[in-house]
Amino acid sequence: MDYEIVIGLEIHTELKTNSKIFCGCSTKFGSEQNTNVCPVCLGLPGVLPVINEKVVEFAIKAGVALNCEILPFSKFDRKNYYYPDLPKNFQTSQYDLPIAVNGHLDIEVNGETKRINITRIHMEEDAGKLVHSGATISSSDSALVDYNRTGVPLLEIVSEPDIRSAEEARAYLEKVKAILEYLDVSDCKMEEGSLRCDANISLRPHGQAALGTKAEIKNLNSFRSVQRGIEYEVIRQEEILDDGGRVIQETRTWDENKGITASMRSKEQAHDYRYLPEPDLVPIVVDPARVAEIRANLPELPDARRQRLMNDYGLSEYDAGIITSSKAVADYFDQSVQNNGDAKVVANWLMGEVSKHLNSEGITILDCPVSPKQLTELLALIEKGTISNKIAKTVFEEMWTSRKDAEVIVKEKGLVQISDSSEIVAIVESVIAANPQSVADFKAGKDKAIGFLVGQIMKQTKGRANPDMVNTLLRERL
Amino acid sequence: MELFKHTASQLHEKLVAKEISAVELTKAVLGRIDAVDKDVQAYITRTSETALAQAQAVDSKIQRGEKVSVLAGIPGALKDNICTKGIKTTCASKILATFVPPYDATVAEKLAAEDAVILGKANMDEFAMGGSTENSGFFPTHNPWNLETVPGGSSGGSAAAVAAGEAIWALGSDTGGSIRQPAAYCGVVGLKPTYGRVSRYGLVAYASSLDQIGPITRDVTDSAHVMNIISGYDAKDSTSINTGVPDYTKSLVNNIKGLKIGLPKEYFVAGMDAEVERAINKAIEQLVALGAEYKEISMPHTEYALSAYYMIAPAEASSNLARYDGVSFGHRVEGNDIIEMYKKTRSEAFGAEVKRRIMLGTYALSSGYYDAYYLKALKVRTLVKQDFDKAFEQVDVLITPTAPTTAFKLGEKTNDPLAMYLQDVCTIPVNLSGVPAISIPCGFAAGMPIGMQIIGKPLGEETIIRAAYTFEQNNDYHKGFATLGEV
Ligand SMILES: [Zn+2]
Repeated sequence: MDYEIVIGLEIHTELKTNSKIFCGCSTKFGSEQNTNVCPVCLGLPGVLPVINEKVVEFAIKAGVALNCEILPFSKFDRKNYYYPDLPKNFQTSQYDLPIAVNGHLDIEVNGETKRINITRIHMEEDAGKLVHSGATISSSDSALVDYNRTGVPLLEIVSEPDIRSAEEARAYLEKVKAILEYLDVSDCKMEEGSLRCDANISLRPHGQAALGTKAEIKNLNSFRSVQRGIEYEVIRQEEILDDGGRVIQETRTWDENKGITASMRSKEQAHDYRYLPEPDLVPIVVDPARVAEIRANLPELPDARRQRLMNDYGLSEYDAGIITSSKAVADYFDQSVQNNGDAKVVANWLMGEVSKHLNSEGITILDCPVSPKQLTELLALIEKGTISNKIAKTVFEEMWTSRKDAEVIVKEKGLVQISDSSEIVAIVESVIAANPQSVADFKAGKDKAIGFLVGQIMKQTKGRANPDMVNTLLRERL
Repeated sequence: MELFKHTASQLHEKLVAKEISAVELTKAVLGRIDAVDKDVQAYITRTSETALAQAQAVDSKIQRGEKVSVLAGIPGALKDNICTKGIKTTCASKILATFVPPYDATVAEKLAAEDAVILGKANMDEFAMGGSTENSGFFPTHNPWNLETVPGGSSGGSAAAVAAGEAIWALGSDTGGSIRQPAAYCGVVGLKPTYGRVSRYGLVAYASSLDQIGPITRDVTDSAHVMNIISGYDAKDSTSINTGVPDYTKSLVNNIKGLKIGLPKEYFVAGMDAEVERAINKAIEQLVALGAEYKEISMPHTEYALSAYYMIAPAEASSNLARYDGVSFGHRVEGNDIIEMYKKTRSEAFGAEVKRRIMLGTYALSSGYYDAYYLKALKVRTLVKQDFDKAFEQVDVLITPTAPTTAFKLGEKTNDPLAMYLQDVCTIPVNLSGVPAISIPCGFAAGMPIGMQIIGKPLGEETIIRAAYTFEQNNDYHKGFATLGEV
């Protein structure tokens, strides 16, 4: 049977504040274990939390950018459960009065705009990290706890079950990530765990109003795993329903290596979190004037920036969309254009060579060894005719590894394009003389033969001959 | 008169007049502890050496002619749920038997800044849960007025130490009466400040929305002095009140003309000792004779306060005490896996009353029971608060007995938790509504002290101090000294 897929996403993102949510400890990633800790985040007896105002500000920013209503009165609650990475054995979170509610986000999938409603956004603290003695949990006879991450501020963004496919889920997640980056409230590094995602998935026959039984998929730690995890889970549930079975309400975990979801705990085993209003913190009262001020000072967001790139530079909606989907890429683009790069050429290079190299090394544009200035200098050499487009790719390759400027590389390697016609004519003539068979083939109407001759000329000039001139001069002499 | 029988303000006069030295005074109190603590058992941890060093430092200051504060060089005790850097803080629980905090509670810092001498950490009911100090995980404390009876609780060690001359002053904590009830049983003065008046930072939490630190002293004057030192906003405690602290000693005025006092009839419950009731009535007559206006009022939700408290406090406690799991500090019993470690650690190291309240609180917060128990209790709390708001529209202070009876015999109520809980019936509504209250001696029944509770408006400490001081100045109850069986 053909089912409708119903998905809701819970996105957890670490906020990039300097200090933790309830104490003054640093949030720096990668510090030596248990060095960013104090009595408060270690949950020692007698300590009290104090809210980091920056966290509230970032949460309001995210709420406003995601079209939410900011509640004038919200509060923290304790979510009680035992786990050794949680020093107090409760997580301070927000339960029935979160900071932001009733938002939405418009996404584009297959050329169509779709609105995903956002139920709520709340603030909470992160837990620590368990370090097991063995290779796996079951083969370990002990574990140690690193509390550096304990108390790092998190936002949880919960969507309505409005998502209808893995592609939509991915598009939604990518857009939320882009917005958080644009707001500069989170690094959104999925590989460092600063952006994580859980998906609630259920199926129902088309036309049925009632929701089917859902499974919650945890551990979706990359865009790829979000898409694959959802695709797998949909097929799993389809097979159960097609066989006349019933989906069990449970929490499942995505196994990236095996490419499957596996049961973690059933509904019966689900935690009863025994939420309790946090008595050690006072309610968060947000003045509407503060929200208005934050709204007025919001930075340019992806949609606006995409529109600007289309209007100002004539980029296509598609190209502008790709470039603005990451703030860092869009910043790189803007800086290149400000360096007098031609917008369309820059866009092509960004989506072509630059993106190809980044992907093959698995790094982001923030770590790109070629700066926007260096890229525009390279493009200027093409524009001036100093080098061909093809040679430019070789130069770019060299820039990537040596980090030298384009002009230096062109000089060092003698890659300046040959545009002197007498020099080219001499080579053309020698190639014609050396390849009588190809010349005959061409004259017999085999057009392809000219390609071979061009290739020979380029080989002799190490690709430096101006390709347009080679073509013209060769045809003249044939 | 022996030095240890004086009040802090009297001793301060002697110190600055150089009649005595702080070391001499500290040695006198340490000597008293040596002599009587084997019977009273008020202390869990003694810090005699650092106490003498602190006293020595104060003597040097006085020698140099520096001005010193009222508590400088005056030896006192801290309840053992107040964190002290480098000094064991056990909450009288086996689970924290070896816990040494790496930081000081804000009140401990403030006392150190005033050069107060700290003699040690006082016994208490485990995690402040109880009203007799019999729930200490180590040993019970005895009432200095009659060693066969309890000192009250949970700050029983603090109150007994002050009553026995083993400390000139002490700090306790009060969640449902834990300063006032032991002060009443031990014939001393105990003040529970307005919720948020004193920082809770470093007070090991029992029920965070109710806990408050306060002084236990020989008289109202000392109470005002200690309040001056420990009160005030603390950036480390979000629930502390950010308003200025008055000089409470300015309220030590022997005058209550025109003060409107209310007597809530609901506090005179069944089971109240006739002697206690008589003492309170006599005190009211006396206050009226001194110029106060008296009025009987009704606080209709009083009877539900106790039940609400025993939902709210355990609910918070079940969460506050979850951190004692053997993972990163405190007692640990190894297990085959983490769950077994949790279970063994907590089963072995928590006492029966703590377990009872954790279970009660866990149950009250469980899904399916939350609305019927916890949420209902919060609603009752609001109604109790409204009772106080309405009462204070008519009167300035409320007067009640602190406890329905005088100190009872050790072991008498240990098997009857409900009877034990009833001892807090007059003090609990005060915590639920967050207002301040003081317990002062107002008579004796069969040789045991009776306490009178004076309850004030929010931040109305000055008014209750003035009322208490006036009563004290016109009576001698506070001058009697527990005999400990001495002749
Ligand atoms: Zn910290």
